[in-house]
Amino acid sequence: MATTDATSTASVHVAEHDHHEHYELNFWRKYVFAEDHKTIAKQYLITGIFWAIIGISFSVIFRLQLGFPQMKLEWLRPIIGNWIEESGKLSPDFYLALVTMHGTIMVFFVLTAGLSGTFSNFLIPLQVGARDMASGFMNMLSYWFFFMASLLMFVSIFLETGPAAGGWVVYPPLSALPQAHKGSELGMTLWLSSMALFIVSQLLGGINYITTVINLRTRGMSFSKLPLTIWAFFLTAVLGLISFPVLLSAALLLIFDRSFGTSFFLSDIYIAGEALPNVGGSPILFQHLFWFLGHPEVYIVMLPALGITSEIIATNSRKPIFGYRAMIASMMGIAFLAFIVWAHHMFVTGMNPFLGSVFMFLTLIIAVPSAVKAFNYITTLWRGNIRFTPAMLFSIGLVSFFISGGVTGLILGNAALDIQLHDTYFVVAHFHLVMGASSAFGLLAGVYHWFPKMFGRMMNDKLGYVHFWLTFIGIYSVFFPMHYIGIAGFPRRYYSFTSNDFTSNIFQDMNAFISLAAIVTFSAQFLFLYNFIHSLIKGKRATVNPWQSNTLEWTTPVIPGHGNWPGEIPAVYRWPYDYSKPGAKDDFIPQNVPYSQTPESNLPHEKELISLEQAIEAQNFNDQFKQPH
Amino acid sequence: MVYIVGLLSLVFLALAFMVFGRLTSVMKSVGTSGEQETYGGTSNKINGAMFMVFLILGTIAATWSFIHSTQYFLPEASSIHGRRTDGLFWGSMAIVTASALLTNILLFYFAYKYQYKDGKRATYYPENHKLELLWTVVPAVVMAIMVFTGWKAWRDIMSEAPEGAQEVELVGKQFNWIARYPGVDNNKLGAFNYKLIDNNNEVGIDYSDEAAFDDFTAPELHIPVGKPVLIRIRARDVLHSVFIPHMRVKMDAVPGMPTRFWFHPDKTTEQMRNETGNQNFKYEIACTEICGRGHFSMKMNLVVEDQESWNKWCAEQKPLLSSFPEYASRIPASLKAKAAKYLPTVGADTTSTASTGGVASSGSASLR
Repeated sequence: MATTDATSTASVHVAEHDHHEHYELNFWRKYVFAEDHKTIAKQYLITGIFWAIIGISFSVIFRLQLGFPQMKLEWLRPIIGNWIEESGKLSPDFYLALVTMHGTIMVFFVLTAGLSGTFSNFLIPLQVGARDMASGFMNMLSYWFFFMASLLMFVSIFLETGPAAGGWVVYPPLSALPQAHKGSELGMTLWLSSMALFIVSQLLGGINYITTVINLRTRGMSFSKLPLTIWAFFLTAVLGLISFPVLLSAALLLIFDRSFGTSFFLSDIYIAGEALPNVGGSPILFQHLFWFLGHPEVYIVMLPALGITSEIIATNSRKPIFGYRAMIASMMGIAFLAFIVWAHHMFVTGMNPFLGSVFMFLTLIIAVPSAVKAFNYITTLWRGNIRFTPAMLFSIGLVSFFISGGVTGLILGNAALDIQLHDTYFVVAHFHLVMGASSAFGLLAGVYHWFPKMFGRMMNDKLGYVHFWLTFIGIYSVFFPMHYIGIAGFPRRYYSFTSNDFTSNIFQDMNAFISLAAIVTFSAQFLFLYNFIHSLIKGKRATVNPWQSNTLEWTTPVIPGHGNWPGEIPAVYRWPYDYSKPGAKDDFIPQNVPYSQTPESNLPHEKELISLEQAIEAQNFNDQFKQPH
Repeated sequence: MVYIVGLLSLVFLALAFMVFGRLTSVMKSVGTSGEQETYGGTSNKINGAMFMVFLILGTIAATWSFIHSTQYFLPEASSIHGRRTDGLFWGSMAIVTASALLTNILLFYFAYKYQYKDGKRATYYPENHKLELLWTVVPAVVMAIMVFTGWKAWRDIMSEAPEGAQEVELVGKQFNWIARYPGVDNNKLGAFNYKLIDNNNEVGIDYSDEAAFDDFTAPELHIPVGKPVLIRIRARDVLHSVFIPHMRVKMDAVPGMPTRFWFHPDKTTEQMRNETGNQNFKYEIACTEICGRGHFSMKMNLVVEDQESWNKWCAEQKPLLSSFPEYASRIPASLKAKAAKYLPTVGADTTSTASTGGVASSGSASLR
């Protein structure tokens, strides 16, 4: 009897051993074609950082042209070759290519893939309490489709005729006719192919995020106990899933117009000495399709940043986020309204003015939930006990940008005022503050905050402070003066301002100042890069819960292995924001602490919840083996 | 060269910061090795104070730069709707600047005031429905007012042009504008067809329409002051956008979809010269929709003059048909008589027939 017992235990051990050995993955499966959400998140992050360096350096090059139009740029010739003309100046064609690539790279590759790709992947399983994403394989595909999209876009930069150069919105007919523009040749073909792959990547990722949040939450993690980060990622994924296919259709139709002689967007065109046969198409149709994605895209970029901020501000203020339900409601409101405001980008495109009126009303409605969010952040700070970690600084900076950039949206969303300001620097100032800088700050805040969980080490705080203040002051110095330039009527995407009397000879010093500020801000990012790489190798070892935070990711080991939790996934009993609860010993109570263990701090209605704990504990929906498998 | 030096010095500055940061971190790690992280230290105080410093210096910088920049803002609008939107703009700006300033003050002040102190405990304050309702309703009401005033202005600006508005046509192409005028005789723009465009007939005037006979084009836009002007806008190749900054006018030019914008200019170029004290002042039309390499240089001058001198100027212009009588071959036989007055005298009939043959073939070539 005893022997049989022993042998059976032994065989179980052997089986388990085999089981584990099965997951000793080779290098390629572990680091390259990985299916672990944490590795994929890091792949997204590193690719995002790579693109951010390229995207921002492009903006620095065109800012040199705008700030110092007389400057000789021959010293750039080793890098960008013949795009520097004989005279030593940047070619106007390449200027437009830089502007276009800056927009495309920053919006799609950095702030969509780099932000949402990194943190949705990293945080969703960890914060909802799941072993991994619903489909690790699809998740891997998602990254590698993004990688292929990146590769195509990267290759297009080195073409003889240059990358796409019709603005990041690639409006046809300019983008459809190679004879109209250098950037509409092979560069545009690659741009469209790259975007098609990118959209596939987004859809694969988005389906995974949504499925994981809906199906793989741990015991007790009801939607009303989800951290706001997860709500934000979830709604972002829904937005992307609905709107990206529309961009795909626009891209495909444009490919047809370019290559197969169709006339979806082309009509009545006389160019290069001949009248084209295309009739009946409408360039406005493309704009509708583009902005049907383009506007939700703003929130695809913004919501994850706001979610990350909510989490960081609550943790570091040592206070519950103010108005948790109002925050969710505003995000839902924003997510819904995001779909029905797109045509405010098109007030003066010749669209029916009645439509303009409708979209003006809808647009200004979306300002209400945004305002509620800003007020809630401020109230969360009120009577807090604030720790200025670098992540917290960047989150406060984000709120400031979100407000300062957001209010001018009320001006631009007003069709009558948009007549004068449309396509001027006022617009550039507005969206760079409210969506560009804000979500970039969300990304940086997220990296500073979750670096310990990602790599098991701490980033250097002091460098983080210097990085924050240089970047925060730098970004305001770049974009605040652009409002003035916009009010003076300076149009966007102008290579130089010397042709018109109303722009020549004024604001030269302001433009030079902006360019200098941009260079300083760009340089400051190398502090971050240094900090990132240095901390990766030599950073201080992280503790399990360095920020004394409540969410589930801090209940995993310092460096979570495959499957995230070594034993059973913890059950969840309370919301994620029990900070500084009156009566409690510590100023934080993690989500997995049952109410029965905290009788001293329970609120009246929470005492009743103790009776449900047995039932929650007994549930086992997604974790049958009670260990990573 | 100066700039390169400036750039390098900035890079150096950044590097210096880097070294400084490194040093402090090394010193810190030596000083507090092994200790549990505390938050009430000097760094926390400095960061808190920095928010106040930033708020105060930032407000001063913003105010100063605004006052400094106002001299470069466009002067008062020269059109009636323009003055209305200007008023709305500055009114809205006042509201949003005040609210942005107020919320930023609260944000930075709270950050400073409630910074970490040992032994202090944050207030557990998860919600307050009254407060939330208040700051949902107040912005909603303010925004409703802003939208409503804006909507009324938008509706009026975009309404049909009044009877008797002077029509002119602007055609955008890479990279200039072409103005077409309805002519002095019938004051009506004739039909057009993009397939008729060639080097001389740049806007594709269709001479099967008798209204087109007296149409003329010009590289400058002249409009009369004191009456509504309706600009009919077209594009030949790619998207362009008509932007007349001083008139507060902007409308895209779309190939295949004519657009329009009407406005009521009420200051002549001469008046603006006197008002601004700049004797070289010119109204300008710029392009604000990216259209290719020459986008930034695509401009046209606009001359606003009183009705009399406008009439005189128009009378001096030569209808396109008179400049290029070859196009007479496109005129249907039934209308030949009406077109006669724009064509060279009958004496030269034989030469004109000879040249028509050539044009007819080139015309049909472009029609394909």
